[in-house]
Amino acid sequence: MTQPMFYVSPEQQVKDRADFARAGIARGRSALVARYAGGILFAAENRSQSLHKVAELYDRIGFAAVGRYNEFDNLRIAGIRYADVRGYSYDRRDVTGRMLANAYAQVLGTIFSAVTEKPYEVELCVAEVGETPDKDQIFHLTFDGSVADEAGFCVMGGSAESVAAALGEDFAPDLPLHQALGRAIAALSADNGGEDLGTDALEVAVLERDRPRARKFRRLTAADIAAALTPPAAPARRRPRAKQ
Amino acid sequence: MTTDLFPSPRDAVAPDPWGARTSSFTEFLARHRPSLLPAGPSAVTAADLAPTGTTIVALTTADGAVMAGDRRATAGSAIAQRDIQKVYAADDYSTIGIAGSAGLAIDLVKLFRVELEHYEKIEGAPLSLDGKANRLGAMIRGHLGLALQGFVVLPLFAGWDIDCGKGRLFSYDATGGCYEETGYDAIGSGAVFAKGALKKFYRPDFTTAKGVTACVQALFDAADDDAATGGPDLARQIFPVVYSITAAGVCRVAEEEIAKVTNQVVASRQRRPDGPEAKL
Repeated sequence: MTQPMFYVSPEQQVKDRADFARAGIARGRSALVARYAGGILFAAENRSQSLHKVAELYDRIGFAAVGRYNEFDNLRIAGIRYADVRGYSYDRRDVTGRMLANAYAQVLGTIFSAVTEKPYEVELCVAEVGETPDKDQIFHLTFDGSVADEAGFCVMGGSAESVAAALGEDFAPDLPLHQALGRAIAALSADNGGEDLGTDALEVAVLERDRPRARKFRRLTAADIAAALTPPAAPARRRPRAKQ
Repeated sequence: MTTDLFPSPRDAVAPDPWGARTSSFTEFLARHRPSLLPAGPSAVTAADLAPTGTTIVALTTADGAVMAGDRRATAGSAIAQRDIQKVYAADDYSTIGIAGSAGLAIDLVKLFRVELEHYEKIEGAPLSLDGKANRLGAMIRGHLGLALQGFVVLPLFAGWDIDCGKGRLFSYDATGGCYEETGYDAIGSGAVFAKGALKKFYRPDFTTAKGVTACVQALFDAADDDAATGGPDLARQIFPVVYSITAAGVCRVAEEEIAKVTNQVVASRQRRPDGPEAKL
C-alpha cells in the first residue's frame, strides 16, 4: 500500500517548520544578554549547575542559547572549534563575533531549509565585548538562521516577550553591574510568576572589558552573584579642589 | 663509499679513471677514513638553520613554584635574538618554558596553550595538572620525527595543583617521557651550570621572592659558564622572564621587580663573582 501524496506549498512548509521550532523553544526557560557599563552580562534561568546555557567561545566572545540542549551544545562546540582554529592559524585578534554569528546563521539556515531534517529548536546569542563600549556587539540568531544586531539587550526563550517588556522598561546600557544584574534577575523572574529567582536557579556570566587577562569571560558562582548584587562601597568623596 | 684500505676486486678491474686514484694522502683519508682527519668545518646540519633557545630554570617553593628563562637565542656562534621570550603562562595555573629550536618551540607553546584552553571551554572545567603534563608529553612525542632531524624541543612545565594544593614541576625527554621533579630543574645548554648552582642554594621552604632570586642567581651562573645563555643585559635593560605560580594563579613578575633583583645579584657578584657561598 502506498501513501497518498499531497501537495504542500513552500509557504505552508516553512510555516509548519517555524511553528514546530517555536513550540520547542517556548517550552524552555528564558535567557538574556545585555550590555552594562563594564561589558556584557549573560543571565539565564537554569536549575542545573552543570548543563550550561551560557558559555565562553573566545577571548572577547560569549554565547547564550535556549531550546533543545543537545542541539545548542553541538553548536557551542562547533563555535569553539571554529574560533580556536581561526585564532590559531591567523591571530587571536582575527576572531570576531560577527564572523561567528555569520557561521551560525549559515548552519541554522541550511538546517532549517533542508527538507530531510527537522529544524533546530534553538535560539542563540553571540555577544562580543569591545575595547570601548561603542564596539560592544550582540547578535541574536533564530532557528531559521536570521541574524539581528541588537543595540542594548537580547532576550530568548519561553516568555521572551514578557521578559523583554520587563527589562525594556528601565534598561540602560551604562548601568553598573549590580544594577544591571538586579534588573536582569527581576526581568527573568517575570517568567516565574513574579517570584524572585534565587541564586541557585540562575546562571550568570560576564564579559568584563577591564579584566586583566586576554580571556574576558567570567562565570559567576552563586556566591559571586550575591556579591555582585550588593552595590560597591561608595568611593570616599574627594575634597573640592581649591580654586586657583 | 668503502672503508677498505685495499681496493675491492671490482675496483681493480674497472678503476675509476678520474677520482679513485690519487696521490694525495689527505684525499685518500677523506675518502676512506674521514674520522682520522683533523676536524674541519663540519657539514651544516638542518638544525643549524634555526636559532636555538637556551636555559630555563624552575623550582618549587613553599607557596607554589617559580620559572625563569634567559633571553638569548643563538644560531651557531651568533646571537640570533637578545630578548626572546622562552617562558610563558600556559593557562591561569601553569607555566611552560622551552629550550631548543626556537621557531618550533614557540609554535609548540602556542599549540599547547590553545590545547588547554580548548579543553577547558569544551568541557567547562580545566584539565588536572597531571592531565596537562601528560598532554604535553604526548605533544613532544609527536615531535620525535623532527627531533631526530636535529630540531629538538624540550619543555619544562610547572603549575599549581588545585587538587593537592601545591606547586609541582615536570621535565621531559625528547621521546615525550614526562618526569616529575622534586625541588628544582633546568633545561637547555646552560642547564648543567644552573642546576649546579641551584643544588647549592635551593631550599624547599623558599618563599616566592627567594625563589625568584634563586632563579636569577642560577641563570647568572649559567650565563657565566655557557656562551649560549644570555646574562643580564644592563646596558639594554633586558632581564630574565620570570613567572611565579601560587594558589592565586600564574603571574609574570614585574619588570621593575626583576630589574631590582638582577641589580642586587650583579652587585653581589662584584664582591664575589662566583655567587653566594654555600656553608660546608
